Parts: sequence; structure tokens; C-alpha cells
Amino acid sequence: MTYLRYELLRTIRNRRFFVISLGFPILIYLLVAAPNRHAGSLAGTGISLRVYYMVSLAAFGSMNAVLAAGTRIAAERTTGWNRQLRLTPLSTRAYFATKVATGYVVACSAIALLYAVGGGLGVHLKATDWLEMTGYLLIGLIPFAALGILLGHLVTADAVGPAVGGAGALFAFLGGFWFPVGKTGVLHYVAQALPSYWLVQAAHVGLGGAGWGREGWLVLAIWTLVAARLAMRAYRRDTARQ
Amino acid sequence: MSAGIQLTGLKKTYRTSHGPIEAVRGIDLDIAPGQTVALLGPNGAGKSTTIDMMLGLTRPDAGTVTLFGRPPEQAVGSGAVGAMLQSGGLMRDLNVRELLLQLASLYPRAEDVDRTLELVGIREIADQRTQKLSGGQAQRVRFAIALVTNAELLVLDEPTVGMDVESRHAFWTTMRRLASGGRTVLFATHYLEEADEFADRVVLMAHGEVVADGTPNEIKAKVGSRTIRATLPDVSPEELERLPGVTAAERRGSGIVLACSDSDEAIRALVAAYPQASNIEIGGGSLEEAFLELTA
Repeated sequence: MTYLRYELLRTIRNRRFFVISLGFPILIYLLVAAPNRHAGSLAGTGISLRVYYMVSLAAFGSMNAVLAAGTRIAAERTTGWNRQLRLTPLSTRAYFATKVATGYVVACSAIALLYAVGGGLGVHLKATDWLEMTGYLLIGLIPFAALGILLGHLVTADAVGPAVGGAGALFAFLGGFWFPVGKTGVLHYVAQALPSYWLVQAAHVGLGGAGWGREGWLVLAIWTLVAARLAMRAYRRDTARQ
Repeated sequence: MSAGIQLTGLKKTYRTSHGPIEAVRGIDLDIAPGQTVALLGPNGAGKSTTIDMMLGLTRPDAGTVTLFGRPPEQAVGSGAVGAMLQSGGLMRDLNVRELLLQLASLYPRAEDVDRTLELVGIREIADQRTQKLSGGQAQRVRFAIALVTNAELLVLDEPTVGMDVESRHAFWTTMRRLASGGRTVLFATHYLEEADEFADRVVLMAHGEVVADGTPNEIKAKVGSRTIRATLPDVSPEELERLPGVTAAERRGSGIVLACSDSDEAIRALVAAYPQASNIEIGGGSLEEAFLELTA
């Protein structure tokens, strides 16, 4: 617990990271949603633009926050700090748990801020809908936490920025963060196989619909399992002096 | 089963773009609890690789390691090991005290952080962020990290590299006080004086092998204070080692190299016994040079 507390402290102290992680999604949301706050159904989804982009950008911000665990891991590996950590009784599980928990704290801050701005722009939902939507978002982030850890152990510090940023941008684009993915076509099938697509689908809750069906759970489970397995393998292999 | 440290038949080869490098070629070592052991050798002798295998950071190609009767991962997991690695940055965005508090929280019998800061003499930098420290300060923080664990085994890989004379002196004063508390200490160094002054036992490594193992005095006697080189074919090193004043002999082609505890006595005996010896040179004088001679 003390260990986690200091890990959080040092994440928050990295102001540049913290401010950009939280500020960037809000800036985009304001740019997109504020001028179109009264727009109704977005591209035939039946979801208003301000709700769709609130969830999109909450997804975007929180996804990046969770993926950023990879950036911190890569930096620790490059300086050799991870070798020092392995000579402590900190278990692999606790090490991963700390990284994930830290990512989630930043992610939750990003989500909360976007909700606040969304509310300011006139998004009204039932209390249960807010909660349900948040629940889906938090579950949908799990595969990204595993992916972040995997990237952190595969890539060196100088390459991790582009790797994490690129992965995030690609997931965002293909998953329909910037515009709703059509109901047909190749892109639709590609999108449905991505965990980011299902993250945005949490917005459907805002309409009283379900978050995602069996397919969504399956995609998330597969991404989580595969990424976690690969991350574990990368972690085990990765003890050599840099 | 020994309660100390046991390395048995350890081997490690690294594959590089220039072909394989045999970093460690078979090491057996048995260290009793409470001993202070220096792993002495020049750069590239395999000291760091041996330490990495001992700590479970590198998997040996062959051989086994047990620390207090357990595999390294288990001993590390129970907090029995405190280590100071050779390279390695410190985690940034925390100050020195916070970093030590964070790590201390992982150990079941951790030392008090303020006591450790005092002991290592870094109380004045306790509130500085780790990324703002000088090289020497960071090195002392690394030392504090090893000590705050209050572990039974301390492993220090070249702990004084990058320290100035004064900090080096302070470091060994602290270490001497600590080692008297019954801890097992293993440190790697390429300074003969450090091994001589501080260790109960010196393990001399060269080319991935243990070339000598004994008390500092035994090692010094073996390394000798001077060396004699001469051209002298057809005489076995065993015969030469029987000469008075000679501690070790080695053949290099038609030449011989004698490490001497008393080179005056040795040269007289050599010339008397083998008048055909030619091109005689007496060299060295410092322990360092003699040591380089033996491990070359």
C-alpha cells in the first residue's frame, strides 16, 4: 500500500504527463462538441453528438492514461531501475497491479473531468446510466492496461513514445472515436475486432441501450488474455543489463 | 545443505554479433554466513555476470545457485537480499527519503529510513528529487537502498565506482561497521586495496574463472610483489615453484613468468639452479601490477 502511494505520488508529480493526459481530451471535446451542442442524432447512431464525443473522448483519454503505464515501464527499464526492483520482494503480480492501478487513477480523473464538461454542455443522463456507462468504460480499459505493460517491456524508452502514441491513435481511429463506424463494410468488421470499438459503444447506455453484447465481451476477453500472456513472457525475459 | 551461498558449476555464454562470449566458464563457490567476500578481477572477468546469476537476474546456461538453501528468486522474494547494482538510475519524481520509504515498505525487517540516511551520510540530500542528484550522491543513495533492506545478504557490484577518495573512505568505514553485525557481504571490485582492507576472503576472477581463492594475505603472497620473466625452455612450472621466494610460476612459450614473494632470493636461486636462463627481467613492484600480471 505504501508502495502504491508513492507510485501514485510520483505519477502526479510528473506534471507535464498529468496535465497533457487530462487536458488534451477536454480540449478536443470542447472544440468538437461546444459549437454543435444542440446537434441531435449523430450519423444515424441515434446518439447525440455531445454524448457520443463525451464518451469517445473519455475513452480516448482513459485509454491513453492506461497505455501510458508502458511509457513509465520503458523508462524504468532503460535506466535499469527495473533490475533494482526485481531484487526486492515486490512480486510480479504486485508490480503489475501497481502499474495498472496507477493507470486507472489517471484514467478515472480523465473520465470524471469529461463527464463534468459534458454536464456543462447539457448532457443529462439518469444516475444509473452514468454509473453503468462508467462501469463499461472501466472494464473496456482492461485490455489496454495489458497492452501498455506489453509495450513497456518490448520497446526501449526512446521508441516507446511513438509506439504508445501510435497504438493509441490507431485504436482511436479504427475504433470509431473520431466518427462513428458504419454498420457495414470492411472497416466495420475490423473495428468490431478491436477493444477500442467496444469502449466507445459504452455510449449506447446513454440511450438506455445495452453497452455491448456477447461479441464485445469476447473481443475484450481475447485481447486481454493474449496481451497479458505476452506481457508476462516479455517481463520474464527482460532482466538483462541494458 | 549449506546455510550460506552456494554456486555450483555456473556457466554463461552471451551471443553477440561478434560471436559467442564465454562470460563465465564454470564457477564453484561456497560462502559461509557472516563472511565478507571480495570478488576481485579486472573488467570483463565475469564478476557482474556471476552476480547477476547469483541474484536470479540472469539465468545460467549451466549450474545452480542457492542462497541460504533456497533458489535466488525465493531468497529475494523473502527480503533476504539487499543489493547495490553497478549501473542503474534511480526512479525519478520522488525525493530520496520517499524513494527509501517506498522500497523499505517491501521488506519485512526493514531498517528505519532516517537511521539509514544518517548511516550513509546523506541526510542533507533527503529532500532532493532523485533526478537532481550528482553521480556520487546517486551512488550513495544506491548504497542506502541496499542497506535499508536490513537483509542478511548484501551484494554490492563495484560499489565505489565513481566515488571520490573521501566518499570511498566514508563508504568503507560504514561497511566495516555493518559487516561486524554478522551479515554476509559479497562485493565485486577491481581495486586490490579494497579487497585487501575489507574482505575476510578474496576470490580472484579472470576470464570467467576463479584463478585464486583465499585470505587477502594468501592472495597477496600468491600474486607476489614482483615478477621475474626469463627465457628458459624445458623446465616445468612445478619445478620453478619449488624455488625459494617464488609463489607461482607460469610458462609462456619458451619463456617463464615467476610471481615472487621475495624476488631477491628467487633470482639468486633461479640463476644458481638454471644457469641457462636468459633475457632475465624483474618487473612490477606494486600489487596492482602483479595482480594484472596474473589475471592477464
